[in-house]
Amino acid sequence: MASQEIAPVGSGGDKTSLLNDPRIRGYFFQILALAAIVGLGYWIVHNTIENLQRARLATGFGFLNGRSGFDISSHPFTAYSSDSTFAQALWVGVLNTMTVAVVGIVTATIIGFIVGIGRLSHNWLIRKLCTVYVEVFRNVPPLLVIFFWYLGVLSALPQARQSIDLPFGTYLNNRGFFLPSIVPSTGLTLAGIGLIAGIVGALLVRRWAHRRQLATGQTFPVGLTALGLIIGLPLLAFILKGFPTFDYPILGNFNLRGGTHVGPEFMSLYLALSFYTASFIAEIVRAGIRGVGKGQSEAAHALGLRAGPTTRLVVVPQAMRIIIPPLTSQYLNLTKNSSLAVAIGYPDLVAVGGTILNQTGRSIEVVAIFMIVYLSLSVLTSLFMNWFNAKMALVER
Amino acid sequence: MKNSVLKGALAASALVLLANAASAATLDDVKKKGFLQCGVNTGLAGFGAPNDKGEWSGFDVDYCRAVAAAIFGDGTKVKFTPLSAKDRLPALQSGEIDVLIRNTTWTLSRDTQGFDFTGVNYYDGQGFMINSKKLSGINSALQLSGASVCVQAGTTTELNLADYFRTNKMEYNPVVFEKLEEVNAAYDSGRCDAYTTDQSGLYSIRLTLSAPDDHVVLPEIISKEPLGPAVRQGDPQWADIIRWTHYALLTAEELGITKANVDEVKNGDNPEIKRVLGQEANTKLGTDLGLTNDWVVNVVKAVGNYGELFERNIGAGSPLKIARGINAQWSKGGLQYAIPIR
Repeated sequence: MASQEIAPVGSGGDKTSLLNDPRIRGYFFQILALAAIVGLGYWIVHNTIENLQRARLATGFGFLNGRSGFDISSHPFTAYSSDSTFAQALWVGVLNTMTVAVVGIVTATIIGFIVGIGRLSHNWLIRKLCTVYVEVFRNVPPLLVIFFWYLGVLSALPQARQSIDLPFGTYLNNRGFFLPSIVPSTGLTLAGIGLIAGIVGALLVRRWAHRRQLATGQTFPVGLTALGLIIGLPLLAFILKGFPTFDYPILGNFNLRGGTHVGPEFMSLYLALSFYTASFIAEIVRAGIRGVGKGQSEAAHALGLRAGPTTRLVVVPQAMRIIIPPLTSQYLNLTKNSSLAVAIGYPDLVAVGGTILNQTGRSIEVVAIFMIVYLSLSVLTSLFMNWFNAKMALVER
Repeated sequence: MKNSVLKGALAASALVLLANAASAATLDDVKKKGFLQCGVNTGLAGFGAPNDKGEWSGFDVDYCRAVAAAIFGDGTKVKFTPLSAKDRLPALQSGEIDVLIRNTTWTLSRDTQGFDFTGVNYYDGQGFMINSKKLSGINSALQLSGASVCVQAGTTTELNLADYFRTNKMEYNPVVFEKLEEVNAAYDSGRCDAYTTDQSGLYSIRLTLSAPDDHVVLPEIISKEPLGPAVRQGDPQWADIIRWTHYALLTAEELGITKANVDEVKNGDNPEIKRVLGQEANTKLGTDLGLTNDWVVNVVKAVGNYGELFERNIGAGSPLKIARGINAQWSKGGLQYAIPIR
C-alpha cells in the first residue's frame, strides 16, 4: 500500500522508491529470514532421516513398549520390575526426578530463608555463620557438593551390622536411613480420611472466623480449633478402629530388612541440591529484604511494632515481590541440577534414560524425551510461580 | 554424569549434522587421518587401562594396535578413546571412533541396531564377587538373596542380573553406576555386598581393590558373554579388516609364528606360513582386503600372536593369571577357531 502511495512521487523513479521503501524492505528481509529458518529446519529433518537410513537405524517411539529387562533400585510411587516396559522405566525416572526436585525445593527454600534473614541479623555470630555458609556452598560446583555428601559423609557411616541406633526404631548405616513402615489397616485409612477432613474443616473455620471478625470485630481462636481438628479427627479414627502397627527394620543376612528405607544416593542428592541451592536463595532473600525501603521498617517501629513482627508483617511481605521472580529460576536450576544424580547412581530420568539409550540404541528418541520432560517440568514450575507471583503482587486499593 | 547426556546429544547431533562421519569407506577415512581411533575401556586392568607409564595397555588395547599395524604397518598409529559402558555404542554410531574394542558382548539386538560384530576375541561369562571376610558363610551366588549388588549401567550384565535373581526367586537391590571406577569405589567402600560383571573383569577389578585377598569370585557363571570388536554397520570392507586381524592373530598362534621368529619363518619353506605372511608369488590376499600383502607380518611384529597377547596381558605373564580355558585354540579343547587365510 505504502509503495503505491509513494510511487507517484518520483517521475521515473519507481525502482528507487521501491528499494528505499522501509516497509517493502521489512517484508523482504522477514520473508528471507522465514525462508532461511524453514530451509534450515527442512535440511535438519531431511539430513537426520537420510543419515539414520544410511546408518540403518530404526526410528520411532515404538521401542518404548518393549520389556525393559533391568531393575531399578528406587521406585517408591509406582510398581516396577524387569518385566515392565521401557516407558514405565522412564516414568519411574521422571517420578524420581520430580521427587528429589520437590523435596529439594521445599528444603532449599526453608534453609535459604533462614540463612538469608540470618545474614541481616544484628547478632554478629549468626550473621557471620550465615555468610560463611553462603560463600562456601555458592562457590563450590554442585557436583562436588553431591560427592561431599555421598563419599564424604554417607559412605563413612558404619556397615549394616554396626548400624547407628536412632530413636523410634530407626537406623542409619552406609546403606541408607531405615525407618519403620506403617502396616496398612482400616484404622489407617480412616485416619487418612480424618486428616483430610480435619484440614478442610480448619480452612473453613478460618474463613468463617475471618469474615466474622470483619463483620463484628470478634476474634475466634482459629489456631487451637485447627490443631484440634487436624490431630483430633485422625486420633478418633485410631481410637475407634485400633492403633496402627509398625513394621520395624531388623538385621537380615546382608542388611536391615523390613520397614522402609531411604537410600544414600537419594539422601546425598537431596541434601546436596538443597544446601547448594539454599545459598543462592539466601542471597535472593537478603537482596529482597534490602530492597524494601528503610522508611517502611522505621514507620513500623514508630507505630510501636517490635523487630520480629516488623520483619514478619511489614518487611517480608513487601520483599516477597522482589524475591519470587529470581526464586523461580533457582527452582528451575535445582530441577535441572538433579540430573547430576547419574554420578552417584540415583535412578533419575537421565540415569534410567541413559541405560535405555544404551540397551536400545535409540539416542535421538531418548535425548528428545529428556528435553521434552525437562522443558515440561520447567514450564510447569514457571507457571506455578507466575501464579504465585501474581497472588503476592501489590494490590492497589 | 552429564557427560553421558552430552555424548548422547552429540551422537544425536552428529547423526543430524555430519553426513560424512558414518560414511561407507572407513578405511579411506582412517588412512587420510593417518591413525586409527579406537574405543577402549576407561580402566579395566589387563584389558584396557593406562599402565604406570601412562601408556594404554591391555588385551583389547593390543587388538587396536594390531588393527593399526595391519593398516599402517605401524602399531603405534592409534589413538585411544576411553569410553564408559553407556557411551561406547553412541560413540561408535556417531563416528567418534572407528572401531570399538572394549569388552563388548555380541548380542542379536546390538547386531541389528546399526553395529556389526567381527568375531569373539574373548569368551567370557558373568560372575559374582563378594568380600569373603565380611560374608564368610557365602560360597554360592544362590545365597545372595537380599543382597545389594553393584553393577555398571547399560550393560548386558545388568539384564542378566535381573534375569538370574528372577529365575531363582531371590530378591536383590541393584546399585547402578555409569562408570567402572564408580562401581569399583562403591563396592570397595562396602556400599554393596556383591559385585557382578564378566568373570575376567572381576579378576581384573579385584586387583584394584584395597585388600584384594579379602575378595573371592563365586563359582557360578550365569551367562554367555562373547566379547568382541564392533564396527558400524554398512561398511563390509572395514568389518573384514577387523575380522581378519583377529583370525590373523589366531592363525599365527596356530602356526607357531611369534613376534620373535616372524622374520625368520617368513623366508622358511612352510608353504602355509609363507601364504599367511604374504610371501607367496603374485599373492593378492592382503591387497584384496585393502591392505598390503605383508599385513600379517606387521600385525605379529607389533603385538605378537593371540597366545602371546593373552599371556602378556591377562594370562600367566600378568597379575591377573587367567587360564586360557575356553579361549584356548580349538585344537586344544578351546573355542578359538581361525577361519583359513587363503
